[in-house]
Amino acid sequence: MNGSTNVATIGVARERDAVFEPRTRIRKVRGRVAATISFLATLVGVATLAALLAGVWRDGAGALSLSFLTSFPSRFADQAGLLPALVGSLWIMALTIAIAFPLGVGAAIWLEEYAPKGWMTSVLQTNIANLAGVPSVVYGILGLALFVHTLALGRSVLAGALTLALLVLPMIIIAAQEAIRAVPDSIREGALALGATRWQTVRHQVLPVALPGIMTGTILALSRAVGETAPLILVGALGFVPFIPSGPGDGFTVLPVQIYNWISRPQPEFHALAAAGIIVLLAVLLLLNAAAIWIRHHYSKRL
Amino acid sequence: MKHADQTGIVQTTSSTAAAPGTAPTRAGRGRAVGWLHRNRRRAGGERVASGILMLCAAVSILTTVGIVTILVTEAAGFFARVSPIDFLTGTRWTPLAEPRNFGVLPLLAGSALIAAGAAVIALPVGLVSAIYLSEYAPAKVRAVVKPTLEILAGIPTVVFGYFALTSITPLLRGVWPATELFNAASASIVVGIMIIPLVSSLSEDALSAVPRSLREGAYALGATRFEVATKTVVPAALSGIVASFILALSRALGETMAVVIAAGATPRLTLNPLEGVQTMTAYIVQVSQGEVPVGTIEYRTLFAVGLTLFVITLAMNIVSGLVLRRFRKVYG
Repeated sequence: MNGSTNVATIGVARERDAVFEPRTRIRKVRGRVAATISFLATLVGVATLAALLAGVWRDGAGALSLSFLTSFPSRFADQAGLLPALVGSLWIMALTIAIAFPLGVGAAIWLEEYAPKGWMTSVLQTNIANLAGVPSVVYGILGLALFVHTLALGRSVLAGALTLALLVLPMIIIAAQEAIRAVPDSIREGALALGATRWQTVRHQVLPVALPGIMTGTILALSRAVGETAPLILVGALGFVPFIPSGPGDGFTVLPVQIYNWISRPQPEFHALAAAGIIVLLAVLLLLNAAAIWIRHHYSKRL
Repeated sequence: MKHADQTGIVQTTSSTAAAPGTAPTRAGRGRAVGWLHRNRRRAGGERVASGILMLCAAVSILTTVGIVTILVTEAAGFFARVSPIDFLTGTRWTPLAEPRNFGVLPLLAGSALIAAGAAVIALPVGLVSAIYLSEYAPAKVRAVVKPTLEILAGIPTVVFGYFALTSITPLLRGVWPATELFNAASASIVVGIMIIPLVSSLSEDALSAVPRSLREGAYALGATRFEVATKTVVPAALSGIVASFILALSRALGETMAVVIAAGATPRLTLNPLEGVQTMTAYIVQVSQGEVPVGTIEYRTLFAVGLTLFVITLAMNIVSGLVLRRFRKVYG
């Protein structure tokens, strides 16, 4: 019985062998074509980025000047500048980070070091993941209703910063959690064995080791905040601000909103200003990312 | 114990630390009392620290509660005036001018048209570049392409809007002269480009997670690299790939500034990508730019549309997470 099945299988296999053609040539050609196509597809992103940067530079480099950085916006394109937007962006960045950094790091510490593992933690974790996926314009609606109207902060720097702080909070929490999780347990155990309390362990042992990772994540969150436009339009960043905000209660504009304002005008001179504004915005982002890379590089070497 | 609700480990820590003080020698008693005092103070500090940290974590829950409460209460005021059925099935959206119509379908269709156009670009390009990066790319190419895609992902959306209006729209009008200045196609293209990095990096994570043994098995059976990629690796990573697609679509629906700038502000039920449309997000920005008094029906449309957008994107994000968890193949 057993022997006969074996013979039968071999027979079938022989029959198949007779039919089987490896067609190695065509399969190899097909593979090579696919490799080329997939390489070209990968270049789509790279090429677009290059085209975008080249286009912005072509349109905007001519309008870049010192007076562009130090002037107020104007109805006349050749006199217009983005000083209030630049200062507004700095205000928003500073306040956003002052609010979101402690909250985000605190939440991450609690989730990683304190929270009992159970349904509550997993609800919190899911909630944070879902918040990270909420469209930014919805945060704008929240900011408009809660900060501008309910808390009566008005269309102020503070209302904008609070809105963006909530927007980047999930990003900071997730980045800080990863950094804290990467700290080896032996460090915690060593501190606890010496009689340190949980908070002393976190404060003096875990946080210093996790800090570079936390900083990198925070800077990346900050660069997201710098580019955000829609939520700030909702909380009332204006297109035309002929003054420099002097405190958190003042009205304001930021770089991307100013750029949007210039883009939405029909005259081509204002498009050149928009392009020049984009160059400034991208330069700010470049600085932030360079700082993040430097911190990552510098501290990962020392550890 | 009054503080039995504290986490177990904090209790353990303080009781261990208290151990030297519990059985003091005669000479050491004074010091031991000091120890005890510090322990008590430290335990108090512990509780304060733990409480503050928990409040920080609670902020994220409060944010969700805040978003839902505000959207639902204000939208309830809207739906008291406009029936939800008229809202969801009406084909005319003219909330700011008489005669007012509150049919959200044109905005939904606008969002869907742009997301679909973006998907046509981003899904194939993103997936194929993920396959390239995971299966083909030499280390040198990866070292250039991956950071470039990260930079692309970090470009503010208002910049993509500028790119669409000043580079892509003129290109489209050169090919199809009937193209309107503000059109869905241009916005679709840039939104598609914007979400390529998301698709490619998440899909690549899924592809890289496929164990080496599967690839080696396929190679051993004589498969070419292309066959290994398409017949073994991609099917094995399918749940991760589908999850990345859904997430990217949800991102495209929530995309705002590029669409505001390039697609225009005309709510319109159309399938023609060369015409201007208005998306839900673009409407929200348009209304908030004008002075709309609080409490009016115009103000409340903001929340009705915002709630619609929020529910759709949240549902998609949840489905994406479920797909990832439910259909993940566990190897090992």
